[in-house]
Amino acid sequence: MSSIGNIRTILKREISAYFSSPVAYVFIVIFLLLNGFFTFMVGGFFERGEAALGNAFFNWHPWFYLFLVPAVGMRLWADERRVGTLELLLTMPITPWEAIVGKFAASWLFLGLALALTFPVVLTVNYLGSPDNGVILTAYVGSWLMSGAYLAISCITSAMTRNQVVSFILSVVACLFLILAGFPPVINLLQALPGHWQWLVDAVTSFSVITHFSGFQRGVLDSRDVVFFLSVILFSLFTTSVILRTRRTN
Amino acid sequence: MIKVDQLSKFFGAKRAVDGVTFEVARGEVLGFLGPNGAGKSTTMRMITGFITPTSGSVHVGGHDLSLEPVAAKRRIGYLPENAPAYTDMTVKGFLQFAAEIRGLRGAARNAAVQAVVEKCFLQAVLHQNVDTLSKGYRHRTCFAQSIIHDPDVLVLDEPTDGLDPNQKHEIRQLIRQMGREKAIIFSTHILEEVDAVCTRAMIIDRGRVVANGTPQELRRKSEWSGAVSLNIKGLGVNAIREQLGRIPSVRRLAVESTADLVVVTAFPHPDRVIDVTRDILTATQGWQVEALRTEEGRLDDVFRRITLPDTAAREAKS
Ligand SMILES: Nc1ncnc2c1ncn2[C@@H]1O[C@H](COP(=O)(O)OP(=O)(O)OP(=O)(O)O)[C@@H](O)[C@H]1O
Ligand SMILES: [Mg+2]
Repeated sequence: MSSIGNIRTILKREISAYFSSPVAYVFIVIFLLLNGFFTFMVGGFFERGEAALGNAFFNWHPWFYLFLVPAVGMRLWADERRVGTLELLLTMPITPWEAIVGKFAASWLFLGLALALTFPVVLTVNYLGSPDNGVILTAYVGSWLMSGAYLAISCITSAMTRNQVVSFILSVVACLFLILAGFPPVINLLQALPGHWQWLVDAVTSFSVITHFSGFQRGVLDSRDVVFFLSVILFSLFTTSVILRTRRTN
Repeated sequence: MIKVDQLSKFFGAKRAVDGVTFEVARGEVLGFLGPNGAGKSTTMRMITGFITPTSGSVHVGGHDLSLEPVAAKRRIGYLPENAPAYTDMTVKGFLQFAAEIRGLRGAARNAAVQAVVEKCFLQAVLHQNVDTLSKGYRHRTCFAQSIIHDPDVLVLDEPTDGLDPNQKHEIRQLIRQMGREKAIIFSTHILEEVDAVCTRAMIIDRGRVVANGTPQELRRKSEWSGAVSLNIKGLGVNAIREQLGRIPSVRRLAVESTADLVVVTAFPHPDRVIDVTRDILTATQGWQVEALRTEEGRLDDVFRRITLPDTAAREAKS
């Protein structure tokens, strides 16, 4: 009867849905392979000669998530609409908000699991040297928060359509914007503008996941960065609820 | 239990439901009839809170759906059109989920699942994945989900669609039996179901209620209501036509003839139905009448007349 109980029921169903299909396992394997390959081969982990993960490992996460998180989130609402179960779900004695939070939380936990399974990287760096594990933990928290922000955006695009592919593409584009807003080449371009346009540069970069993630990477837990990711999540889930309501009316 | 007041729904400029008003009390089974696209499903979606009405109100068990949606929805069991179900679950998992989301936990949940599995004959597919079910079994699974919490109000959109004749029979029995203590509204295109199950029937056409009454009352609107059919031997068609055509209470005659048998149906004037049988008996004294039947009226005829006014008018002229 309680909200928490309803959210838990939805969450449980979603999680079991993930693991009843091979997609979840495929996703986790791809995520781990990408991480291994980029950290050790492309990122030059060994050449750096430093006992840390901030650059070689976490630098790639905004880019991995760009494709992997929309792939996780695309089915959330699009599939309910396509199969028609949306009609069941929204006529159950729960609020739409409980359904939205339950579904989001399930996928976010799933992403957390995939992230946690990268622990061999942490073991490796601890074996090779003595890193600051506090910094690594902070970066992990930041990475998970960032994946939540991407996921919430995928919720919006997924609620907009019954087609998973459309949802995926829209959400990649939206997330790409969040990355590019803080991508050095883009910032350099903006900085070529005259001085009184500085506010625009600030505004754009303040939306960048890269800017907000870089603090976590260095081990700095800044409340503004946490608030940024949490507000992106809340705002996106709210937008999802509005879209579900209006798309139901028409 | 269900109170629908001036309910309307526009999709853009298209009018799907237009000022529908009705009530369903406990112990009533309301059959919802109407041609394709009449607005049956749309009305049901508004009653269950899936679609927001353009205007009008819905009360379920005394709760205004727009003000207390969760309280209202708690009392409803709903079988949507096409019986959707989560394809990535087993039947058992799906039913357990349906029970839990209605607030049944632990032993209560398992007992509820067990009960509907028996009622809907799902034992054989209990551990099968929903996406591998046949259409009828998927329909029964979704039907099971709608009654799992023993709701006061049932809204069933074509509950017997896709079922085999035995299952149709079982489900009708179930609906009739549950109808004694619940308020049930169900839509169908099978007119026999109206007789088999409903205490009341409503016909809706182009978004408006065009008829509402007990099955008997609806039947009385039929041209066939009170019509008398006779099998006559030993007389020519013309003679029969002439004799019976003279009876004032007879509006129209339909005659079919085989080698030695003539079948005549006399349709009465609507206001002289009670006289027609007696008049015919008088007129046919001394004839060789093999059989005589009085028709009760036909629902399919009423349905056609009401929802196809143009063709009905054309038929009457001919
Ligand atoms: N989401 C929608 N957007 C636009 N029009 C819609 C929508 N849903 C239904 N309609 C229209 O509303 C009208 C009523 O549809 P509805 O599904 O209620 O009919 P129905 O009586 O259930 O028909 P059937 O017997 O075929 O199930 C139809 O003309 C349909 O095209
Ligand atoms: Mg319909």
